[in-house]
Amino acid sequence: MSFNNKILVAESVTKQVTSPAGDLTILSDISFVIQRGESVSITGPSGAGKSTLLGLLAGLDIPTSGRIFLNDNDLTVLDEDGRAGVRAKSVGFVFQSFHLVASLNALENIMLPLELNKHPLPRERAMEVLQKVGLIERRLHYPSQLSGGEKQRVAIARAFSTEPSLLFADEPTGNLDTATGSSIIDILFELNLNSTTTLILVTHNQSIAARCNREICLNAGNLVSSKSIT
Amino acid sequence: MNIFSYALRIFFRQIKSTEIIILLVSITLAVAALTSVGFLTDRMSQSVDRQANEILAADIRLRTPDPIPQFWEDTAKRYDLKTAETQTFPSVVFNENQSALATIKAVTQNYPLRGKIRIAKELYANEFEIEGIPEQGKVWVDGTLISRLNVNIGDNISVGQTDLTISAVLKYRPDQSIGFSSLAPSLLVNIKDIPSTGLVVEGSRVRNAFLVAGEEDSLDKFYNIIVPTMPESTRIRNREESLERTQNTADRAQRFLSLTAVISLLLSAVAIAMASRQFAYRRMDMVALMKSLGARQSFVISITCIHIFLVGLLGVIFGSAMGFAIEKILIQIVGDLFATQLPNPSLKPILLGSGAAIILLSGFTLPSLIQLRNTSPLRVLRNDITPPSLSVFFISGCSLLTLAFLLYYILEDGWMLITVFTGLLVVSGSLYLIGLGLVMLMGKLRGQAGAAWRYGLANISKKGSKSVIQIVAFGLGLTVLLLLTFVRTDLIRGWQKTLDEDAPNYFLINVQRDQRQLINNLLLNANLEALTFVPLVRARMTKINNQDVKTYKFPDEEGRWMANREANLTWATELSSSNHLVKGEWWSKNYSGVPLVSLEEEAAMEMGVDIGDQLNFVIAGLEIETIVSNMREINWDSFQPNFFMVLTPGALDDFPRTYVASTRVEEHQKSVLHDITRNYPTVSIIDLNSILQQVKNIIDKASLAIQVVFLFTLAAGIAVLFAVVESTVDERRFEGALLKTLGLNRRTIMLGMLAEYTALGFVAGLLAACGASILAWLISVYFFEIDYEFSLVIWVYGLLSGIFLVSLSGLLATKKAITVSPLHTLRQAP
Repeated sequence: MSFNNKILVAESVTKQVTSPAGDLTILSDISFVIQRGESVSITGPSGAGKSTLLGLLAGLDIPTSGRIFLNDNDLTVLDEDGRAGVRAKSVGFVFQSFHLVASLNALENIMLPLELNKHPLPRERAMEVLQKVGLIERRLHYPSQLSGGEKQRVAIARAFSTEPSLLFADEPTGNLDTATGSSIIDILFELNLNSTTTLILVTHNQSIAARCNREICLNAGNLVSSKSIT
Repeated sequence: MNIFSYALRIFFRQIKSTEIIILLVSITLAVAALTSVGFLTDRMSQSVDRQANEILAADIRLRTPDPIPQFWEDTAKRYDLKTAETQTFPSVVFNENQSALATIKAVTQNYPLRGKIRIAKELYANEFEIEGIPEQGKVWVDGTLISRLNVNIGDNISVGQTDLTISAVLKYRPDQSIGFSSLAPSLLVNIKDIPSTGLVVEGSRVRNAFLVAGEEDSLDKFYNIIVPTMPESTRIRNREESLERTQNTADRAQRFLSLTAVISLLLSAVAIAMASRQFAYRRMDMVALMKSLGARQSFVISITCIHIFLVGLLGVIFGSAMGFAIEKILIQIVGDLFATQLPNPSLKPILLGSGAAIILLSGFTLPSLIQLRNTSPLRVLRNDITPPSLSVFFISGCSLLTLAFLLYYILEDGWMLITVFTGLLVVSGSLYLIGLGLVMLMGKLRGQAGAAWRYGLANISKKGSKSVIQIVAFGLGLTVLLLLTFVRTDLIRGWQKTLDEDAPNYFLINVQRDQRQLINNLLLNANLEALTFVPLVRARMTKINNQDVKTYKFPDEEGRWMANREANLTWATELSSSNHLVKGEWWSKNYSGVPLVSLEEEAAMEMGVDIGDQLNFVIAGLEIETIVSNMREINWDSFQPNFFMVLTPGALDDFPRTYVASTRVEEHQKSVLHDITRNYPTVSIIDLNSILQQVKNIIDKASLAIQVVFLFTLAAGIAVLFAVVESTVDERRFEGALLKTLGLNRRTIMLGMLAEYTALGFVAGLLAACGASILAWLISVYFFEIDYEFSLVIWVYGLLSGIFLVSLSGLLATKKAITVSPLHTLRQAP
């Protein structure tokens, strides 16, 4: 099966969990296609299933039913290591709570996915992206020595360092003040514009969603709309 | 990516994190406890191995209380075997007014046939091997004896009727025992000097030994000829039998000391298990992140394994170094109790320590490793996702299997493993249940307490089993320390109290019939009371109810030993004041019938003999038949001459005998003892005071050494406390931050935590004082057979040390949780 320009395909994805109150459906029969190079926001109120969907699309979890194809790979038939292999090759992440390794400095945090990917020049490439996010001077600082905005810039540099075909961002400004958040979003979109990376972004913020090509809106686990913005 | 260099880089940046420090400290303590004991016992067993070929100073040794038969000498000559003779007996030696009990070893020219004697020219000079034995008129003396007599090389000492010159310090002779030596240090003398000492006469307690060495074939032939013809009283021993016996003794010592180390090891295991849970918990976020960035499971597990390996490696290095240093302290304490200078330790204990560290770490971190492996990468999006909990059976199965494997690895004995393991399960189970009861009680009490106490007690009952483990760990360590510090001195004091102030302090043995009046004259001249001499006849039991003692079925192994050893018989008209009749009737003053015998109650029980039974003895080749007439309980503490077997008057009239007596001589009257030994050298005088002092000295040193090993237990207890505190530190931090935002000040929070640790320490101290009192009572009643006086000191020290130790270490462990600002806590996410 080849999707040519399709980088991500979700087919009737459903996620249920078992709770003391019985089975709970978090996502119900979600289907959509995302094209290479698109920027897509996933929006919806709290509890709509946005983060769950993001986890499934990135292969961090598997759906109860339905299929997900990422770069021609059926994530639902791969085991955990298989899915990790796909992520190493094609996926980058930016998280709401930054998730930097506390015992590694800024430079080493960026080198981590490059080294996992066996990049021939991890240090040089990490320096290059650090330069792009404007933190070259702080490359030897540890996460505890960086402000929230700086941590997120390091996380963005780490995500772009491997030039992934898909970048997932989960509420990237959720833990930042408005001004810092806005500058982070600027960096994110600027880097995205200068690369071929497809951006999938979970957000509450309508103005951020508006900067994407497309918006997938969820409510109570159902796909409400999937509309192009431009 | 080079996994090792990456793991190394992260490890050394995380090394200051508390969970790694606790893991490292626990492993270090376990390895140190094991290696310190290991180094000591290794030196002991090396000493055994070194002596393996020279234990007898010969290939075959024949020991007899009688003179050496010419037949042995002739047989050895016929097979071209080398021979030597030795005589060994105890005697008091003198230098002016100083006296000391010594083991006199008189030897012939060829001694030793195997191994070499080592001597030194000065007390602390280097020792060297020497061929030959002391010249006539010279003597080589053990260093302990030189110190006790306060003499130097070149000085004369009196041995019986003669004076001999000390020409060297005796450092080592092949047939000396490896065990405790201080009771009667030895003195090596040329056998040709013995007649001039006048110490060996008929009836003297001398052990003669005939040593043989040579070709294997000839030895076999010699052995086969001698064994069927040798008298009952002869004991023959070859190298293999001796080696086995000595190794068994060394093995037992090793196992006992290893067992004491095992307790520290088990507590360390608890700390390791707890710290590794925290270790895994703290790494879950990083593992999830790495998985989300595309790392495979094998990669994250490899990194964690490398980290655990590095903790183990550092633990082994630090632990072995610490063990080596502690062993030096142990040897300072107990070294002079050993007869030989111990060889340098080998590296074997480090292997033992490393092995134990590997087993401990593998077994107790396995569940945590599995948890890390199962950590979902989804945790990067949802922090509340934790890997599915492992079954309790799996975790406890892992722990029990690891412990069983570890104990087997250390003890190398299946049965001992089962005994120790069952014992441990029962003791720790009971302690756990008691601790649980106390924790539940504290939970109930919290309603009646003030704010700080309520917070502290609530924390204890909330942590349930973790609190109980802390209490048990501390309680156990404190129990042993209380027992060894306070109870030991209480017991010795209690025992000394039972001794009569006027109890005799000197024993005179080997007194000949015609010397009795002469000795009494000397005593009367010195204004001392005349002695009552008790006759002593040496005999051997041959039959019980006409059945040979060799084939008789004894109910107790002790009974077999009692019946087969050389028996000391006496006779008496009246029951001694230190004896108490428990069964049967004492004979009338003018009894003249069949010889009757009175037995010590316990000995009779062990031999399975009752009133009316017939006992036969052989004395100087003649047989005598006796009937058991009554049984006595003996007060051994009276220090009167007492006998297991007392016969009716007249029964032993025709047999050779010596006499014994006991007396009390004060310090200023001691010169009379010197006169007795000078005039009657065959008489041996035994100084009970110095023996009592030496026994006390040995007990003191041995218990001090055990105390040092048990300090590890206490340290491991503190490691457990730190591990428990650490496992709740995040929770405490947030709780602290919450309480501060609710308006509680730092002091109140601190008081709450202090209350928690005070209560924990109080309960641990209570458990320890209770345990130490029960053990002390058991030891006094069943071992020392004295009444136990309830000691308030144990309770005061138990409770105070419990509260102090636990509060101090607890507050140190939680300091960070209290002092950190609430804002910092909230901003902690990386």
